[in-house]
Amino acid sequence: MSQQAGAEQPADTQGMNYLVSSQRKLATLYLPLAAFLFVLLFPFYWMSVTTFKPNEELLSREGNPFWVTNPTLAHIKKLLFDTAYPEWLWNTILISVTATFLSLLCSVLAAYAIERLRFHGSRYVGVSIFLAYLVPPSILFIPLARVVFELGLFDTRLALILTYPTFLIPFCTWLLMGYFRSIPFELEECALIDGATRWQILSKIILPLAVPGLISAGIFAFTLSWNEFIYALTFISSSESKTVPVGVVTELVEGDVYHWGSLMAGALLGSLPVAILYSFFVEHYVSGMTGAVKE
Amino acid sequence: MTLLQRLENSRNALGLLFLLPAAALLLFFLTYPLGLGIWLGFTDTKVGRAGVWVGLENYEYLFGDSVARLSLFNTVFYTAVASVVKFVLGLWLALLLNKHMPFKAFIRAIVLLPFIVPTALSAIAFWWIYDAQFSVISWTLMKMGLIDRYIDFLGDPWNARFSVIAANVWRGVPFVAICLLAGLQTISPSYYEAASLDGATPWQQFRFVTLPLLTPIIAVVMTFSVLFTFTDFQLIYVLTRGGPLNATHLMATLSFQRAIPGGSLGEGAALAVAMVPFLLAAILFSYFGLQRRAWQQGGKD
Repeated sequence: MSQQAGAEQPADTQGMNYLVSSQRKLATLYLPLAAFLFVLLFPFYWMSVTTFKPNEELLSREGNPFWVTNPTLAHIKKLLFDTAYPEWLWNTILISVTATFLSLLCSVLAAYAIERLRFHGSRYVGVSIFLAYLVPPSILFIPLARVVFELGLFDTRLALILTYPTFLIPFCTWLLMGYFRSIPFELEECALIDGATRWQILSKIILPLAVPGLISAGIFAFTLSWNEFIYALTFISSSESKTVPVGVVTELVEGDVYHWGSLMAGALLGSLPVAILYSFFVEHYVSGMTGAVKE
Repeated sequence: MTLLQRLENSRNALGLLFLLPAAALLLFFLTYPLGLGIWLGFTDTKVGRAGVWVGLENYEYLFGDSVARLSLFNTVFYTAVASVVKFVLGLWLALLLNKHMPFKAFIRAIVLLPFIVPTALSAIAFWWIYDAQFSVISWTLMKMGLIDRYIDFLGDPWNARFSVIAANVWRGVPFVAICLLAGLQTISPSYYEAASLDGATPWQQFRFVTLPLLTPIIAVVMTFSVLFTFTDFQLIYVLTRGGPLNATHLMATLSFQRAIPGGSLGEGAALAVAMVPFLLAAILFSYFGLQRRAWQQGGKD
Protein backbone atom coordinates (compact mmCIF):
# COMPACT_ATOMS: atom_id res chain seq x y z
CA MET A 1 0.00 0.00 0.00
CA SER A 2 2.55 2.53 1.06
CA GLN A 3 4.85 1.51 -1.78
CA GLN A 4 2.13 2.13 -4.32
CA ALA A 5 1.45 5.50 -2.83
CA GLY A 6 5.13 6.32 -2.92
CA ALA A 7 5.35 5.41 -6.60
CA GLU A 8 2.53 7.74 -7.55
CA GLN A 9 3.82 10.62 -5.51
CA PRO A 10 6.17 12.29 -8.02
CA ALA A 11 3.43 12.50 -10.64
CA ASP A 12 0.95 14.34 -8.44
CA THR A 13 2.35 16.13 -5.43
CA GLN A 14 -0.43 18.68 -5.29
CA GLY A 15 -3.27 16.27 -4.63
CA MET A 16 -6.64 18.02 -4.88
CA ASN A 17 -5.40 21.49 -3.92
CA TYR A 18 -6.69 22.97 -7.18
CA LEU A 19 -10.18 22.70 -5.74
CA VAL A 20 -9.44 25.35 -3.12
CA SER A 21 -10.63 28.81 -4.17
CA SER A 22 -8.22 31.74 -4.08
CA GLN A 23 -10.29 33.78 -1.60
CA ARG A 24 -10.33 30.90 0.79
CA LYS A 25 -6.60 30.47 0.28
CA LEU A 26 -6.05 34.11 1.22
CA ALA A 27 -7.91 33.72 4.51
CA THR A 28 -6.57 30.30 5.51
CA LEU A 29 -3.05 30.47 4.12
CA TYR A 30 -1.62 33.89 3.24
CA LEU A 31 -2.98 35.97 6.10
CA PRO A 32 -1.94 33.61 8.91
CA LEU A 33 1.40 33.02 7.22
CA ALA A 34 2.00 36.77 6.90
CA ALA A 35 1.19 37.19 10.61
CA PHE A 36 3.65 34.41 11.51
CA LEU A 37 6.39 35.91 9.35
CA PHE A 38 5.81 39.38 10.79
CA VAL A 39 6.16 38.19 14.39
CA LEU A 40 9.11 35.89 13.67
CA LEU A 41 11.08 38.52 11.76
CA PHE A 42 10.11 41.67 13.64
CA PRO A 43 12.85 41.39 16.34
CA PHE A 44 15.49 41.28 13.60
CA TYR A 45 14.02 44.33 11.93
CA TRP A 46 13.91 46.07 15.28
CA MET A 47 17.52 45.13 15.98
CA SER A 48 18.63 46.59 12.64
CA VAL A 49 16.59 49.78 12.95
CA THR A 50 17.87 50.44 16.46
CA THR A 51 21.47 49.87 15.36
CA PHE A 52 21.29 52.84 12.97
CA LYS A 53 19.19 55.16 15.13
CA PRO A 54 20.84 58.14 16.81
CA ASN A 55 20.31 58.35 20.59
CA GLU A 56 17.89 61.32 20.35
CA GLU A 57 15.52 59.23 18.24
CA LEU A 58 15.96 56.16 20.45
CA LEU A 59 15.01 57.96 23.62
CA SER A 60 12.06 59.94 22.33
CA ARG A 61 8.44 58.92 22.25
CA GLU A 62 7.69 61.33 19.44
CA GLY A 63 7.86 60.45 15.78
CA ASN A 64 7.57 57.05 14.19
CA PRO A 65 9.74 54.50 16.00
CA PHE A 66 9.57 52.05 13.08
CA TRP A 67 11.79 54.16 10.87
CA VAL A 68 15.10 56.01 11.10
CA THR A 69 15.12 59.64 10.04
CA ASN A 70 18.83 60.33 10.54
CA PRO A 71 20.70 57.03 10.26
CA THR A 72 24.05 56.93 12.04
CA LEU A 73 26.99 54.55 12.23
CA ALA A 74 28.01 55.88 15.65
CA HIS A 75 26.85 52.76 17.54
CA ILE A 76 28.79 50.40 15.28
CA LYS A 77 31.84 52.64 15.49
CA LYS A 78 31.64 52.70 19.28
CA LEU A 79 31.26 48.93 19.35
CA LEU A 80 34.23 48.24 17.09
CA PHE A 81 36.64 50.83 18.46
CA ASP A 82 35.70 51.49 22.09
CA THR A 83 34.87 47.99 23.28
CA ALA A 84 36.56 44.58 23.12
CA TYR A 85 33.96 43.45 20.55
CA PRO A 86 36.49 42.57 17.79
CA GLU A 87 38.31 40.35 20.29
CA TRP A 88 35.07 38.61 21.29
CA LEU A 89 34.28 38.04 17.63
CA TRP A 90 37.72 36.55 17.04
CA ASN A 91 37.38 34.33 20.16
CA THR A 92 33.99 33.10 19.04
CA ILE A 93 35.24 32.24 15.55
CA LEU A 94 38.34 30.50 16.89
CA ILE A 95 36.47 28.51 19.54
CA SER A 96 33.58 27.54 17.25
CA VAL A 97 35.81 26.42 14.37
CA THR A 98 38.20 24.44 16.57
CA ALA A 99 35.47 22.79 18.63
CA THR A 100 33.57 21.90 15.44
CA PHE A 101 36.57 20.27 13.76
CA LEU A 102 37.58 18.43 16.91
CA SER A 103 34.04 17.11 17.32
CA LEU A 104 33.72 16.14 13.65
CA LEU A 105 36.98 14.19 13.79
CA CYS A 106 35.96 12.28 16.92
CA SER A 107 32.42 11.74 15.60
CA VAL A 108 33.44 10.37 12.21
CA LEU A 109 35.66 7.76 13.84
CA ALA A 110 33.10 6.89 16.50
CA ALA A 111 30.16 6.73 14.08
CA TYR A 112 32.11 4.50 11.69
CA ALA A 113 33.13 2.20 14.53
CA ILE A 114 29.58 1.94 15.88
CA GLU A 115 27.79 1.65 12.56
CA ARG A 116 30.22 -0.33 10.39
CA LEU A 117 32.82 -2.14 12.49
CA ARG A 118 30.00 -3.39 14.69
CA PHE A 119 32.37 -4.37 17.45
CA HIS A 120 31.20 -6.20 20.53
CA GLY A 121 28.73 -3.97 22.38
CA SER A 122 28.49 -1.31 19.65
CA ARG A 123 24.72 -1.16 20.03
CA TYR A 124 25.01 -0.12 23.67
CA VAL A 125 27.61 2.49 22.81
CA GLY A 126 25.21 3.88 20.18
CA VAL A 127 22.41 4.14 22.71
CA SER A 128 24.64 5.79 25.32
CA ILE A 129 25.77 8.35 22.71
CA PHE A 130 22.11 9.20 22.19
CA LEU A 131 21.56 9.49 25.95
CA ALA A 132 24.60 11.78 26.19
CA TYR A 133 22.87 14.05 23.67
CA LEU A 134 19.98 14.42 26.11
CA VAL A 135 22.15 15.68 29.00
CA PRO A 136 21.52 19.44 29.14
CA PRO A 137 24.41 21.86 29.80
CA SER A 138 22.44 23.53 32.59
CA ILE A 139 22.86 20.52 34.86
CA LEU A 140 26.53 20.02 33.93
CA PHE A 141 28.03 23.48 34.24
CA ILE A 142 28.65 23.48 38.02
CA PRO A 143 30.70 20.26 38.20
CA LEU A 144 32.32 21.10 34.85
CA ALA A 145 33.43 24.45 36.27
CA ARG A 146 35.28 22.51 38.96
CA VAL A 147 36.86 20.14 36.45
CA VAL A 148 37.95 23.09 34.30
CA PHE A 149 39.35 24.85 37.36
CA GLU A 150 41.31 21.84 38.54
CA LEU A 151 42.82 21.37 35.08
CA GLY A 152 44.07 24.96 35.26
CA LEU A 153 41.99 25.87 32.21
CA PHE A 154 39.76 28.40 33.95
CA ASP A 155 39.41 31.65 31.98
CA THR A 156 41.08 30.21 28.85
CA ARG A 157 39.64 29.58 25.41
CA LEU A 158 40.84 25.99 25.65
CA ALA A 159 38.27 25.40 28.41
CA LEU A 160 35.47 26.08 25.91
CA ILE A 161 37.16 24.20 23.04
CA LEU A 162 37.33 21.09 25.23
CA THR A 163 33.87 21.35 26.81
CA TYR A 164 31.80 22.21 23.71
CA PRO A 165 32.42 18.72 22.25
CA THR A 166 30.37 17.30 25.14
CA PHE A 167 27.21 18.38 23.33
CA LEU A 168 28.66 18.44 19.80
CA ILE A 169 30.05 14.88 19.66
CA PRO A 170 26.80 13.13 20.65
CA PHE A 171 24.86 15.16 18.10
CA CYS A 172 27.37 14.74 15.24
CA THR A 173 27.90 11.03 15.94
CA TRP A 174 24.19 10.37 16.00
CA LEU A 175 23.70 12.26 12.72
CA LEU A 176 26.67 10.60 10.97
CA MET A 177 25.56 7.14 12.10
CA GLY A 178 22.39 7.72 10.10
CA TYR A 179 24.37 8.79 7.04
CA PHE A 180 26.79 5.87 7.24
CA ARG A 181 23.86 3.48 7.54
CA SER A 182 22.57 4.65 4.15
CA ILE A 183 25.83 3.76 2.36
CA PRO A 184 25.59 0.23 0.89
CA PHE A 185 27.66 -2.47 2.57
CA GLU A 186 28.61 -3.87 -0.85
CA LEU A 187 30.93 -0.94 -1.56
CA GLU A 188 32.89 -1.76 1.56
CA GLU A 189 32.94 -5.48 0.84
CA CYS A 190 34.36 -4.87 -2.65
CA ALA A 191 37.10 -2.71 -1.19
CA LEU A 192 37.88 -5.32 1.47
CA ILE A 193 38.22 -7.99 -1.24
CA ASP A 194 40.55 -5.69 -3.16
CA GLY A 195 42.72 -5.56 -0.05
CA ALA A 196 41.87 -2.10 1.28
CA THR A 197 42.44 -1.50 4.97
CA ARG A 198 39.68 -0.15 7.19
CA TRP A 199 41.36 3.23 7.27
CA GLN A 200 41.46 3.34 3.46
CA ILE A 201 37.79 2.36 3.29
CA LEU A 202 36.85 5.12 5.70
CA SER A 203 38.92 7.85 4.06
CA LYS A 204 38.46 6.91 0.38
CA ILE A 205 34.96 5.41 0.21
CA ILE A 206 32.82 6.32 3.19
CA LEU A 207 33.86 9.92 3.76
CA PRO A 208 33.47 11.11 0.13
CA LEU A 209 30.00 9.56 0.08
CA ALA A 210 29.09 11.12 3.41
CA VAL A 211 30.06 14.70 2.48
CA PRO A 212 26.46 16.03 2.74
CA GLY A 213 26.25 14.49 6.20
CA LEU A 214 29.58 16.00 7.19
CA ILE A 215 28.44 19.45 6.03
CA SER A 216 25.14 19.08 7.94
CA ALA A 217 26.90 18.04 11.11
CA GLY A 218 29.57 20.73 10.70
CA ILE A 219 27.14 23.59 10.09
CA PHE A 220 24.92 22.54 12.95
CA ALA A 221 27.86 22.08 15.31
CA PHE A 222 29.25 25.48 14.33
CA THR A 223 26.00 27.30 15.06
CA LEU A 224 25.58 25.40 18.34
CA SER A 225 29.03 26.49 19.50
CA TRP A 226 28.51 30.04 18.27
CA ASN A 227 25.28 30.24 20.26
CA GLU A 228 26.57 28.56 23.42
CA PHE A 229 26.09 30.71 26.48
CA ILE A 230 26.14 29.04 29.89
CA TYR A 231 29.62 27.44 29.68
CA ALA A 232 31.14 30.60 28.23
CA LEU A 233 29.50 32.64 30.99
CA THR A 234 30.73 30.33 33.75
CA PHE A 235 34.25 29.40 32.62
CA ILE A 236 35.45 32.78 31.33
CA SER A 237 35.87 35.85 33.49
CA SER A 238 38.29 38.21 31.77
CA SER A 239 36.94 40.46 29.06
CA GLU A 240 39.51 39.57 26.40
CA SER A 241 38.63 35.84 26.43
CA LYS A 242 34.84 36.22 26.21
CA THR A 243 32.66 35.13 23.31
CA VAL A 244 30.23 37.47 21.54
CA PRO A 245 26.96 36.39 23.27
CA VAL A 246 28.53 36.58 26.74
CA GLY A 247 30.50 39.74 26.00
CA VAL A 248 27.46 41.62 24.74
CA VAL A 249 25.33 40.56 27.71
CA THR A 250 27.89 41.14 30.47
CA GLU A 251 30.12 43.98 29.26
CA LEU A 252 27.94 46.29 27.19
CA VAL A 253 25.45 46.83 30.00
CA GLU A 254 26.91 49.49 32.28
CA GLY A 255 24.86 50.19 35.38
CA ASP A 256 21.39 51.55 34.75
CA VAL A 257 22.18 53.39 31.53
CA TYR A 258 21.50 51.05 28.67
CA HIS A 259 23.25 51.90 25.43
CA TRP A 260 20.54 50.39 23.31
CA GLY A 261 22.18 51.42 20.05
CA SER A 262 25.44 49.63 20.65
CA LEU A 263 23.69 46.70 22.38
CA MET A 264 21.57 46.16 19.27
CA ALA A 265 24.59 46.67 17.01
CA GLY A 266 26.39 43.97 19.02
CA ALA A 267 23.43 41.63 18.74
CA LEU A 268 23.10 42.28 15.02
CA LEU A 269 26.80 41.79 14.22
CA GLY A 270 26.89 38.65 16.38
CA SER A 271 23.87 37.18 14.60
CA LEU A 272 24.91 38.01 11.04
CA PRO A 273 27.76 35.49 10.67
CA VAL A 274 25.56 32.50 11.60
CA ALA A 275 22.67 33.85 9.55
CA ILE A 276 24.88 34.24 6.46
CA LEU A 277 26.43 30.81 6.91
CA TYR A 278 22.96 29.36 7.37
CA SER A 279 21.71 31.03 4.18
CA PHE A 280 24.35 29.16 2.17
CA PHE A 281 23.59 25.77 3.70
CA VAL A 282 19.85 25.91 4.46
CA GLU A 283 19.15 22.43 3.10
CA HIS A 284 22.05 20.87 4.99
CA TYR A 285 21.09 22.63 8.19
CA VAL A 286 17.46 21.56 7.97
CA SER A 287 18.34 17.96 7.13
CA GLY A 288 20.75 17.94 10.06
CA MET A 289 18.13 19.28 12.45
CA THR A 290 15.26 17.09 11.29
CA GLY A 291 17.54 14.08 10.82
CA ALA A 292 18.61 14.18 14.43
CA VAL A 293 14.99 14.33 15.54
CA LYS A 294 13.67 11.70 13.16
CA GLU A 295 16.21 8.98 13.85
CA MET B 1 50.99 -11.46 10.54
CA THR B 2 52.35 -8.39 12.21
CA LEU B 3 50.62 -6.83 15.18
CA LEU B 4 49.42 -3.94 13.02
CA GLN B 5 47.78 -6.24 10.50
CA ARG B 6 46.10 -8.22 13.25
CA LEU B 7 44.81 -4.98 14.73
CA GLU B 8 43.41 -3.95 11.37
CA ASN B 9 41.53 -7.20 10.99
CA SER B 10 40.05 -7.28 14.46
CA ARG B 11 36.73 -5.48 14.57
CA ASN B 12 36.81 -5.22 18.32
CA ALA B 13 40.29 -3.76 18.66
CA LEU B 14 39.88 -1.39 15.74
CA GLY B 15 36.42 -0.41 16.94
CA LEU B 16 37.72 0.52 20.36
CA LEU B 17 40.63 2.42 18.80
CA PHE B 18 38.27 4.46 16.61
CA LEU B 19 35.99 5.10 19.54
CA LEU B 20 38.80 6.22 21.80
CA PRO B 21 38.93 10.01 21.08
CA ALA B 22 35.16 10.51 21.39
CA ALA B 23 34.91 8.24 24.42
CA ALA B 24 37.81 9.92 26.21
CA LEU B 25 36.32 13.40 25.75
CA LEU B 26 32.82 12.33 26.71
CA LEU B 27 33.86 10.26 29.71
CA PHE B 28 36.06 13.00 31.10
CA PHE B 29 33.92 16.07 30.35
CA LEU B 30 30.42 14.55 30.48
CA THR B 31 30.15 11.32 32.47
CA TYR B 32 32.62 12.30 35.17
CA PRO B 33 31.08 15.78 35.74
CA LEU B 34 27.63 14.17 35.83
CA GLY B 35 28.75 11.93 38.67
CA LEU B 36 30.67 14.75 40.30
CA GLY B 37 27.54 16.91 40.18
CA ILE B 38 25.51 14.28 41.98
CA TRP B 39 28.24 13.95 44.59
CA LEU B 40 28.55 17.75 45.00
CA GLY B 41 24.83 17.85 45.71
CA PHE B 42 25.48 15.83 48.87
CA THR B 43 28.29 18.11 50.11
CA ASP B 44 28.57 21.67 51.38
CA THR B 45 31.27 22.62 48.85
CA LYS B 46 31.86 26.35 48.39
CA VAL B 47 33.99 28.08 45.77
CA GLY B 48 37.62 27.61 46.87
CA ARG B 49 36.77 25.23 49.71
CA ALA B 50 36.43 21.48 49.44
CA GLY B 51 33.23 20.39 51.15
CA VAL B 52 32.32 17.50 53.38
CA TRP B 53 29.51 15.00 53.01
CA VAL B 54 26.29 16.40 54.45
CA GLY B 55 23.85 13.80 53.17
CA LEU B 56 20.46 15.15 52.19
CA GLU B 57 20.95 18.47 53.96
CA ASN B 58 21.03 20.52 50.73
CA TYR B 59 17.83 18.92 49.52
CA GLU B 60 16.13 19.42 52.89
CA TYR B 61 17.20 23.07 52.89
CA LEU B 62 15.99 23.61 49.31
CA PHE B 63 12.69 21.93 50.09
CA GLY B 64 12.10 24.43 52.88
CA ASP B 65 13.38 27.37 50.81
CA SER B 66 10.50 29.42 49.42
CA VAL B 67 12.60 30.76 46.53
CA ALA B 68 13.57 27.24 45.43
CA ARG B 69 9.94 26.10 45.60
CA LEU B 70 8.89 29.18 43.63
CA SER B 71 11.53 28.34 41.01
CA LEU B 72 10.10 24.82 40.68
CA PHE B 73 6.64 26.28 40.17
CA ASN B 74 8.01 28.80 37.64
CA THR B 75 9.86 26.09 35.73
CA VAL B 76 6.82 23.82 35.49
CA PHE B 77 4.55 26.72 34.55
CA TYR B 78 7.04 28.08 32.00
CA THR B 79 7.57 24.64 30.43
CA ALA B 80 3.90 23.68 30.36
CA VAL B 81 2.56 26.92 28.88
CA ALA B 82 5.44 27.46 26.45
CA SER B 83 5.38 23.84 25.21
CA VAL B 84 1.64 23.78 24.58
CA VAL B 85 1.73 27.13 22.74
CA LYS B 86 4.82 26.06 20.76
CA PHE B 87 3.11 22.84 19.76
CA VAL B 88 -0.13 24.47 18.61
CA LEU B 89 1.54 27.36 16.74
CA GLY B 90 4.30 25.10 15.41
CA LEU B 91 1.84 22.57 14.02
CA TRP B 92 -0.22 25.35 12.47
CA LEU B 93 2.85 26.93 10.88
CA ALA B 94 4.00 23.53 9.60
CA LEU B 95 0.59 22.94 7.97
CA LEU B 96 0.77 26.40 6.35
CA LEU B 97 4.31 25.82 5.08
CA ASN B 98 3.30 22.45 3.65
CA LYS B 99 0.88 24.16 1.25
CA HIS B 100 1.84 25.25 -2.22
CA MET B 101 2.75 28.94 -2.50
CA PRO B 102 5.16 31.26 -4.28
CA PHE B 103 8.69 31.57 -2.78
CA LYS B 104 8.09 28.40 -0.75
CA ALA B 105 11.77 27.54 -0.27
CA PHE B 106 12.67 31.11 0.69
CA ILE B 107 9.85 31.39 3.23
CA ARG B 108 10.78 28.06 4.80
CA ALA B 109 14.39 29.22 5.07
CA ILE B 110 13.69 32.54 6.80
CA VAL B 111 11.17 31.00 9.19
CA LEU B 112 14.02 29.19 10.91
CA LEU B 113 16.02 32.39 11.57
CA PRO B 114 14.88 32.85 15.21
CA PHE B 115 16.24 29.39 15.95
CA ILE B 116 19.59 30.04 14.21
CA VAL B 117 20.76 33.25 15.85
CA PRO B 118 22.25 33.15 19.35
CA THR B 119 19.45 33.16 21.91
CA ALA B 120 21.36 35.53 24.17
CA LEU B 121 21.47 38.09 21.37
CA SER B 122 17.84 37.80 20.30
CA ALA B 123 16.92 38.00 23.99
CA ILE B 124 18.61 41.41 24.07
CA ALA B 125 16.35 42.49 21.22
CA PHE B 126 13.38 41.31 23.28
CA TRP B 127 14.71 43.18 26.29
CA TRP B 128 14.57 46.38 24.23
CA ILE B 129 11.12 45.50 22.85
CA TYR B 130 9.92 44.96 26.43
CA ASP B 131 11.55 48.14 27.78
CA ALA B 132 9.34 49.85 30.36
CA GLN B 133 9.72 53.36 28.89
CA PHE B 134 10.39 52.89 25.19
CA SER B 135 8.68 49.60 24.33
CA VAL B 136 7.54 49.58 20.72
CA ILE B 137 4.61 47.33 21.64
CA SER B 138 3.37 49.87 24.19
CA TRP B 139 3.92 52.68 21.67
CA THR B 140 1.79 50.91 19.07
CA LEU B 141 -0.96 50.02 21.52
CA MET B 142 -1.01 53.62 22.79
CA LYS B 143 -1.38 55.00 19.27
CA MET B 144 -4.19 52.52 18.62
CA GLY B 145 -5.81 53.77 21.80
CA LEU B 146 -5.94 50.34 23.42
CA ILE B 147 -3.97 51.25 26.57
CA ASP B 148 -3.50 54.53 28.39
CA ARG B 149 -0.02 54.00 29.84
CA TYR B 150 3.07 52.01 28.97
CA ILE B 151 3.00 48.35 29.98
CA ASP B 152 5.60 47.30 32.54
CA PHE B 153 6.47 44.05 30.76
CA LEU B 154 9.33 42.86 32.94
CA GLY B 155 8.60 44.71 36.18
CA ASP B 156 5.40 42.97 37.24
CA PRO B 157 5.60 39.26 38.21
CA TRP B 158 2.85 37.91 35.95
CA ASN B 159 3.65 40.25 33.08
CA ALA B 160 7.26 39.12 33.30
CA ARG B 161 6.30 35.43 33.31
CA PHE B 162 4.21 35.81 30.17
CA SER B 163 6.80 38.04 28.51
CA VAL B 164 9.60 35.48 28.89
CA ILE B 165 7.22 32.72 27.75
CA ALA B 166 6.43 34.77 24.63
CA ALA B 167 10.14 35.17 23.88
CA ASN B 168 10.68 31.43 24.38
CA VAL B 169 7.77 30.59 22.11
CA TRP B 170 9.14 32.97 19.48
CA ARG B 171 12.41 31.06 19.48
CA GLY B 172 10.91 27.56 19.69
CA VAL B 173 8.08 27.71 17.14
CA PRO B 174 10.39 27.56 14.08
CA PHE B 175 12.10 24.44 15.42
CA VAL B 176 8.81 22.64 16.06
CA ALA B 177 7.36 23.82 12.73
CA ILE B 178 10.31 22.77 10.55
CA CYS B 179 10.61 19.36 12.24
CA LEU B 180 6.87 18.70 11.90
CA LEU B 181 7.04 19.92 8.29
CA ALA B 182 9.63 17.22 7.61
CA GLY B 183 7.12 14.73 9.02
CA LEU B 184 4.24 16.16 6.98
CA GLN B 185 6.24 15.82 3.76
CA THR B 186 6.47 12.07 4.24
CA ILE B 187 2.66 11.71 4.20
CA SER B 188 1.53 10.73 0.72
CA PRO B 189 -1.09 13.02 -0.94
CA SER B 190 -2.97 9.88 -2.01
CA TYR B 191 -4.36 9.54 1.50
CA TYR B 192 -5.88 13.00 1.28
CA GLU B 193 -7.30 12.23 -2.17
CA ALA B 194 -8.85 9.04 -0.89
CA ALA B 195 -10.23 10.86 2.14
CA SER B 196 -11.79 13.68 0.11
CA LEU B 197 -13.35 11.19 -2.31
CA ASP B 198 -14.93 9.60 0.74
CA GLY B 199 -16.33 13.02 1.61
CA ALA B 200 -14.04 13.93 4.50
CA THR B 201 -14.00 17.61 5.48
CA PRO B 202 -10.63 19.38 5.85
CA TRP B 203 -10.94 19.07 9.63
CA GLN B 204 -11.66 15.32 9.35
CA GLN B 205 -8.69 14.93 7.01
CA PHE B 206 -6.49 16.62 9.58
CA ARG B 207 -7.94 14.67 12.49
CA PHE B 208 -7.99 11.19 10.94
CA VAL B 209 -5.14 11.29 8.40
CA THR B 210 -2.56 13.93 9.34
CA LEU B 211 -2.60 13.64 13.11
CA PRO B 212 -2.30 9.84 13.45
CA LEU B 213 0.52 9.69 10.89
CA LEU B 214 2.31 12.59 12.56
CA THR B 215 1.98 11.33 16.16
CA PRO B 216 5.37 9.54 16.33
CA ILE B 217 7.34 12.60 15.21
CA ILE B 218 5.24 14.88 17.40
CA ALA B 219 6.24 12.76 20.39
CA VAL B 220 9.95 13.13 19.63
CA VAL B 221 9.87 16.82 18.73
CA MET B 222 7.87 17.74 21.79
CA THR B 223 10.16 15.73 24.04
CA PHE B 224 13.12 17.72 22.77
CA SER B 225 11.15 20.92 23.10
CA VAL B 226 10.17 20.14 26.70
CA LEU B 227 13.76 19.17 27.48
CA PHE B 228 15.19 22.45 26.17
CA THR B 229 12.46 24.56 27.73
CA PHE B 230 12.74 22.94 31.14
CA THR B 231 16.50 23.52 31.28
CA ASP B 232 16.35 26.98 29.70
CA PHE B 233 18.84 29.47 31.03
CA GLN B 234 19.93 32.13 28.53
CA LEU B 235 16.61 33.80 27.93
CA ILE B 236 15.85 34.31 31.62
CA TYR B 237 19.40 35.32 32.46
CA VAL B 238 19.37 38.05 29.81
CA LEU B 239 15.79 39.28 30.17
CA THR B 240 15.15 39.31 33.91
CA ARG B 241 17.96 37.53 35.83
CA GLY B 242 15.12 35.79 37.68
CA GLY B 243 13.36 38.96 38.80
CA PRO B 244 11.06 40.68 39.62
CA LEU B 245 10.82 39.16 43.13
CA ASN B 246 12.16 35.84 41.75
CA ALA B 247 8.98 35.52 39.70
CA THR B 248 10.82 34.25 36.63
CA HIS B 249 13.62 32.31 38.32
CA LEU B 250 13.86 28.86 36.72
CA MET B 251 15.70 26.02 38.43
CA ALA B 252 18.62 26.46 36.01
CA THR B 253 18.99 30.19 36.64
CA LEU B 254 18.59 29.78 40.39
CA SER B 255 21.23 27.05 40.47
CA PHE B 256 23.58 29.33 38.53
CA GLN B 257 22.92 32.20 40.90
CA ARG B 258 23.48 30.11 44.03
CA ALA B 259 26.56 28.32 42.66
CA ILE B 260 28.58 30.85 40.66
CA PRO B 261 27.99 34.38 41.99
CA GLY B 262 26.75 32.97 45.33
CA GLY B 263 29.59 30.48 45.66
CA SER B 264 27.53 27.59 47.10
CA LEU B 265 28.53 24.90 44.62
CA GLY B 266 26.88 22.14 46.66
CA GLU B 267 23.52 23.85 46.84
CA GLY B 268 23.59 24.78 43.15
CA ALA B 269 24.49 21.22 42.18
CA ALA B 270 21.63 19.87 44.29
CA LEU B 271 19.22 22.19 42.49
CA ALA B 272 20.54 21.01 39.12
CA VAL B 273 20.24 17.36 40.15
CA ALA B 274 16.65 18.01 41.24
CA MET B 275 15.83 18.67 37.56
CA VAL B 276 16.91 15.15 36.54
CA PRO B 277 13.69 13.27 37.50
CA PHE B 278 11.69 15.60 35.25
CA LEU B 279 14.10 15.13 32.39
CA LEU B 280 13.94 11.35 32.80
CA ALA B 281 10.17 11.52 32.62
CA ALA B 282 10.46 13.44 29.33
CA ILE B 283 12.91 10.90 27.88
CA LEU B 284 10.70 7.96 28.85
CA PHE B 285 7.82 9.72 27.14
CA SER B 286 9.91 9.93 23.96
CA TYR B 287 10.95 6.29 24.30
CA PHE B 288 7.35 5.11 24.35
CA GLY B 289 6.57 7.41 21.45
CA LEU B 290 9.27 5.70 19.42
CA GLN B 291 8.08 2.27 20.47
CA ARG B 292 4.67 3.15 19.18
CA ARG B 293 6.11 4.12 15.81
CA ALA B 294 7.95 0.80 15.50
CA TRP B 295 4.75 -1.00 16.40
CA GLN B 296 2.75 0.96 13.84
CA GLN B 297 5.20 0.12 11.10
CA GLY B 298 5.12 -3.56 11.98
CA GLY B 299 8.73 -3.62 13.21
CA LYS B 300 9.80 -5.67 16.20
CA ASP B 301 12.89 -3.77 17.30
